[in-house]
Amino acid sequence: MKILVCISHVPDTTSKINFTDGDTKFDTNGVQFVINPNDEFGLTRAMWFKEKQGANVTVVNVGGPETEPTLRKALAIGADAAIRVNTDAKDGFQVAKELAAVVNDGGFDLVIAGRESIDYNGGMVPGMLAGLINANFVTNCISLEIDGTNATAMREIDGGKETVSTSLPLVIGGQKGLVEESDLRIPNMRGIMMARQKPLSVVEPTNASVETTSVKFEKPAPKGAVTLVDPDNIDELINLLHNEAKAI
Amino acid sequence: MLYENVFVTFALNFANNNMKPDLFEAPDYYNLDELLTEEHKLVRDAARDWVKRDVSPIIEEAAQNAEFPKSIIGGLAEIGAFGPYIPVEYGGAGLDQISYGLIMQEIERGDSGVRSTASVQSSLVMYPIWKYGNEAQRQKYLPKLASGEWIGSFGLTEPDHGSNPGGMTTNFKDMGDHYLLNGAKMWISNAPFCQIAVVWAKNEEGRIHGLIVERGMEGFTTPETHNKWSLRASATGELIFDNVKIPKENLLPNKSGLGAPLGCLDSARFGIAWGAIGAAMDCYDTALRYSKERIQFGKPIGQFQLQQKKLAEMITEITKAQLLAWRLGVMRENGTATSAQISMAKRNNVDMAINIAREARQMLGGMGITGEYSIMRHSMNLESVITYEGTHDIHLLITGLDITGLNAFK
Repeated sequence: MKILVCISHVPDTTSKINFTDGDTKFDTNGVQFVINPNDEFGLTRAMWFKEKQGANVTVVNVGGPETEPTLRKALAIGADAAIRVNTDAKDGFQVAKELAAVVNDGGFDLVIAGRESIDYNGGMVPGMLAGLINANFVTNCISLEIDGTNATAMREIDGGKETVSTSLPLVIGGQKGLVEESDLRIPNMRGIMMARQKPLSVVEPTNASVETTSVKFEKPAPKGAVTLVDPDNIDELINLLHNEAKAI
Repeated sequence: MLYENVFVTFALNFANNNMKPDLFEAPDYYNLDELLTEEHKLVRDAARDWVKRDVSPIIEEAAQNAEFPKSIIGGLAEIGAFGPYIPVEYGGAGLDQISYGLIMQEIERGDSGVRSTASVQSSLVMYPIWKYGNEAQRQKYLPKLASGEWIGSFGLTEPDHGSNPGGMTTNFKDMGDHYLLNGAKMWISNAPFCQIAVVWAKNEEGRIHGLIVERGMEGFTTPETHNKWSLRASATGELIFDNVKIPKENLLPNKSGLGAPLGCLDSARFGIAWGAIGAAMDCYDTALRYSKERIQFGKPIGQFQLQQKKLAEMITEITKAQLLAWRLGVMRENGTATSAQISMAKRNNVDMAINIAREARQMLGGMGITGEYSIMRHSMNLESVITYEGTHDIHLLITGLDITGLNAFK
């Protein structure tokens, strides 16, 4: 089984988010980047398939050279090979089209992506990719078993879970549950040393068209100050809620 | 009454969890990450993640109970903390000196005692076997030390000879088919549970040699040193040799004289210069976070000038220490770092860390006294770190000797 794990290179969750160029670009200055958490759950599940079922695991990212440390970390965790599609990721459809070219070229049976990346939270790529390569698709996936060409996946749905049966080729939009946080792996020294020898190939993009452009980013409004009202002064509280907060 | 119950529940939660979650964010005020390679950062981040996951949750309890957490030995080996720069063919990681420094920094960010275990294993046990040992000794010992299957200790300091190791009285006699070792070593990290000890002793001509002593050899005992107020999560003890028969093949053949153990200390002191930055970063990070959360007189204490002065001076000193360590790492890697340069970095960075620990402790007020925060543990640990591997004063005299050419030791 050949597995392709899609790896987004995203700011660490503790990063302070700022924008530049008139609020049209994300300011990467001083930001630490990590493997997108939803992708990391998928990568860890892929490692299980590698170790228990002999799968071959390739990781892929669409992005510039600055994303290579993230791919190298995935190799140190245990992926066999890495591919970087050498173009900036602009929108979900463009990324999906570039990934489709990688899948078609590499003949992968199973693609595991995160259900969304935690930077732009588009959540579009896995579904679009499945459509483009004519594969089955399960998103919000919290459990995955593969037996031959048959797959059993569990999906998180409103208020419960759904188990679905499907077959390869398959695209998964994964999340926590595929593995648990305690299963996530820290690269060990042996893995880091072996990662030096593993191939990280850079492929040129197909120059898929970009259909959407970011016009402007806005941060959430800062939290307002807390106003304390004396319990004896209920009239004041009602006045504030009615006239200032306009909540009642 | 309600408040009391809430407080009791709150206190019990802390008692059960021992420590607050590890929220550490590493300061890098001068973007020194740009001086590091991609692999440096991968190695550093792996060690950092491991400390967060496996050391922080257990270390406070281990220190409070004065127990070395043996459960982390496997993890130390996995992240490459045992002999990071030892070649791959001997089980090491084959990394460069800056990688070694970064690993020590991250481990000491967790605890100086754990870093001490790794330092001793790497620089004081594996290093002399690699540098001064023969091929058979390298093959026999290094892979088991790299994997953590064996833990080693280093015997140089004696009860009556600390800063003056050349005065040692531990000695060995050539008995024809073996050596006979007598004497005692004191303040030895890892001693109580080590499988082997690299011991420095004088031969009949008074020349210092290194010998590998193995647990189980008759007459070799390792009593533990109890009641330390520092490095409580690291085991310390004595090495006592009472007519111990040492096979001749256990003598390190390729270097003798005081320069041999001092060469090991250069490597260990280099690691300490980096490790101390880790302890300082942890104290600074804790104090910075606390200063933004703790409200007094209606505002965060971080808004008061006196607290800002403390924090601003801390990050300034950490940044200077980071640059010193990085530059020393470059020189150590290309083989040009002198012992005196290493002394300066060890002395400066440990002093920097101990001062930051003290200031950070004060910023946390009474909370800084408790085991809910790591600062007081770092503070106590650093009292050992500023003493071992050459005291603060001795390193000053090494710099003094280096710049004047005049020896204050004699």
